[in-house]
Amino acid sequence: MHPLRKRRLILILVMVSGIAVATGFALVAFNQNLMFFFTPSDVKAGKAPSNRLFRMGGMVVDGSVKKSDTSTEVWFDITDNEKTVTVKYNGILPDLFREGQGIITKGKLNEKGEFIAEEVLAKHDENYMPPEVAATMKKKKPAYIKE
Amino acid sequence: MIMRFIYQLGSPPYFYALSGRLLPWLSGLCFILFAAGLYGGLVLAPADYQQGDSFRIIYIHVPAAWMSLFVYMIMAFSGAMALIWRIKIAEIILINSAHIGAVFTFLALVTGSIWGKPMWGTWWVWDARLTSELLLLFLYLGIIALYSAIDDKRKAARAVAILALVGVVNIPIIHYSVEWWSTLHQGPTVTKFDKPSIDTRMLIPLLLMAFAYKFLYAIVVLLRARNDLLWRERRSQWVATLFSKEGA
Repeated sequence: MHPLRKRRLILILVMVSGIAVATGFALVAFNQNLMFFFTPSDVKAGKAPSNRLFRMGGMVVDGSVKKSDTSTEVWFDITDNEKTVTVKYNGILPDLFREGQGIITKGKLNEKGEFIAEEVLAKHDENYMPPEVAATMKKKKPAYIKE
Repeated sequence: MIMRFIYQLGSPPYFYALSGRLLPWLSGLCFILFAAGLYGGLVLAPADYQQGDSFRIIYIHVPAAWMSLFVYMIMAFSGAMALIWRIKIAEIILINSAHIGAVFTFLALVTGSIWGKPMWGTWWVWDARLTSELLLLFLYLGIIALYSAIDDKRKAARAVAILALVGVVNIPIIHYSVEWWSTLHQGPTVTKFDKPSIDTRMLIPLLLMAFAYKFLYAIVVLLRARNDLLWRERRSQWVATLFSKEGA
């Protein structure tokens, strides 16, 4: 390769790798802020902020959803298969909210260690399949699959 | 041998003639792929077990998101070629890809948002995936703006090439954001080392659509590049002979 072109090539490689390293350091430094949510284990371990709103993500525990008869209040437990936190929410739940489904909720803890949610978002997983495949994968056929 | 081909491709008359011969073939293939992909995706593929028919937006959203990264990689690569070898064709491919990339990025963001409202329960969240993809849109727009701000187009192309190379660090961040950090956006379904976690009948139309988008990009970038090339070389001998031949 022509020496001038070689120098340009090296210059470009140095520039791109320098920027990559700098960005890498910045991202590691801000790692905690880039986390969109905390897990129930983090919350139980006291890693979540106590005085301001934060997000918590996990699976809705099967059979834990209790709805109020008179209002839109709803209680449910979310878990990361290690620790479980009870969530209280007053509002409309998204389409994909189901027992056994991953969700993300924003709010803060009260004195009793319950999570008072202001917003509930359903997290979709990366699996796509037709209902009959899903049905054979789960022994119990979920109620939301239409016959 | 390969170097000779690259040098030949870098010659404007050769590039103009070759792209002119390729375009009808590319257009035909693109049309077939779009027809097959859309029919497979919207008619043949079964509904999803959780989302029902709403999942079908995947056939627009996912290829657009892939293309937003792919087009950027082409731009960064052309930028390096333009800086090192000063190839005019590389400069032209670089700048004429920016608008197309911006459109794909915008499409990915909008279709994602439309899907997000009913499924997640929100139009937008500032998680790592969505934020880095929005940053990519601003990179594309920044490249377009920088190019138009400089009058000498060869200097402009070099400035834009440097910006494109600086922005390339964002590409792995977008791709791995869903694995490095906890995000609302789901993890990769197809672009991972494991078996894709999607039913084959749903996957095949998705891949067809991904190829259709690639061909669409190739067609649009070649059309734009040919125009740009003719304009830049309007005073050269080969353009003069080209038009005198066509006029006769």
